[in-house]
Amino acid sequence: MSDLHSPSTAARQVTFRGGGFAPSSPRWIGVAVFAVLLGLAELGTRQGWISPLTLPRPSDVLLTFQELYASGLLWAHLSVSLTRLLIGAALGASLGVATGVLIGLFSYVRAGLVPLTAALFPIPKIALLPLFVIWFGIDEGSKYALIAFGTFTPTVVATYGAVDNVDRSLIRMGQSFNLSWFSIVRKIVLPGAMPGILSGLRISLAIAIILLVAAEMLGAEYGIGAYILEAGSLYDLERLFAGVTILSLLGITMSTIIGQIERRVLSWRQ
Amino acid sequence: MDIRLSGVSHSYDDFEVLRDISLEIPSGRIVCIVGPSGCGKSTLLRFLGGLEKPSHGEVLQIGAPPSDCLNPLTYIFQDFALLPWRSVRGNISLVLEDHGIRGARADGIIADVLARTKLSDFAKALPKQLSGGMKQRVAIARALAVNPAVMLMDEPLSALDSQTRELLMDDLVSLWTRTPFTAVYVTHNLAEAVRLGHSIVVMSRRPGEIREVVHLDKPLDQRQYGDTDLEEKQKYLWQLMREEARAADAELVHV
Repeated sequence: MSDLHSPSTAARQVTFRGGGFAPSSPRWIGVAVFAVLLGLAELGTRQGWISPLTLPRPSDVLLTFQELYASGLLWAHLSVSLTRLLIGAALGASLGVATGVLIGLFSYVRAGLVPLTAALFPIPKIALLPLFVIWFGIDEGSKYALIAFGTFTPTVVATYGAVDNVDRSLIRMGQSFNLSWFSIVRKIVLPGAMPGILSGLRISLAIAIILLVAAEMLGAEYGIGAYILEAGSLYDLERLFAGVTILSLLGITMSTIIGQIERRVLSWRQ
Repeated sequence: MDIRLSGVSHSYDDFEVLRDISLEIPSGRIVCIVGPSGCGKSTLLRFLGGLEKPSHGEVLQIGAPPSDCLNPLTYIFQDFALLPWRSVRGNISLVLEDHGIRGARADGIIADVLARTKLSDFAKALPKQLSGGMKQRVAIARALAVNPAVMLMDEPLSALDSQTRELLMDDLVSLWTRTPFTAVYVTHNLAEAVRLGHSIVVMSRRPGEIREVVHLDKPLDQRQYGDTDLEEKQKYLWQLMREEARAADAELVHV
């Protein structure tokens, strides 16, 4: 310290140590991972070091998929599945958001329903299917109910958490300007809870897809679940994988749609 | 419209915050409340606007507010409290919508308050695009839009840097000079108090009591940054508060 200009002290660059811990996600890498895995599977099954009994050849799966499309069966399965998914998830999510908001706003509803939700959440909803069959009938009703119930609980939990997290000072501001209760809920609480509600919906909709397949496996003539079950019991791995691929695509589509909605609705976020 | 506090005391459970506060806020004047941290000055402000109820004593409104006044007691908050999903315009129209003011009439009011706070070019901006000083000017514009009888300002400049604070003080002074408003201004910053206050209420540490009320007669628009007589007043206020502030600082936080 005392000897700032001494020639014997060598100048050295300060070592940079602030890197890392800031992951970004370049788009093409995700695609590349898929491509490499599929390429390996294709190569392995062609050259024989993966037996066709353990893994179907990706190109065969693609062929099966094309056949399915050409025969018109793809649409037959997909349309029933999508209808079930949309009706069930819409019912469950809207009821869930409504219940969650009520829990977030009213003490008695909170005291009454939070323990109930906690009790319902861990029940594997698929175990209740026989009950739903008795209540709502063997056909579509029980499937809607199962999907709706499965989406309901996670949506409730995410929504009331989101409502709890709305900045209290904004609500206080609303009160200080004499806004009506209804205005405060509509203009401050709901938009403020929107980020949490949407990220909850991501999880709820993934659960909805899982339950859709489960319900269709337990009793349906058409639907992706029925298609997969049939392929599985015949040990037709190509068709099994074609079905699974449809589910994955469905999941990606759902998550993209929510991503788009988030980008639109939540453009105000930093 | 005047406001009178008479015998206001408050405690949370057995934790006494305020003790026997009686105070008159005359119309057309700015009353500053200063005191060490935790002396209950912000709590007092919440009583004034009805956001909280004191356990003893009463807060009285004397006389009727002017008829064109939409929200007689209007706050300006330290953290601005702007809705991040609404534009500057939307944040102001928020407080008009509930009074059924929409369309051309709302446009007129919004254009007027934005012009008074020098924000006319930023009507479409979102809060995240604005600097702290501009955010607080939006909050002031929003308060002006409802034509308040009394402005309740809770450390409005405390979240801003010192240069921005100077600029905004000038803005507040020119707003007041053009149309004098009644205000209660809570702050821990003595420089703000001597620049903006017609009278300054000095509070003791918890439980908060009124120690002294200092009156300043110099007109607001003649007060400048660094005026010697203001510095004198500020020094005097600091002497009043010094020991209290030291003791308050050494206290354990009660949560």
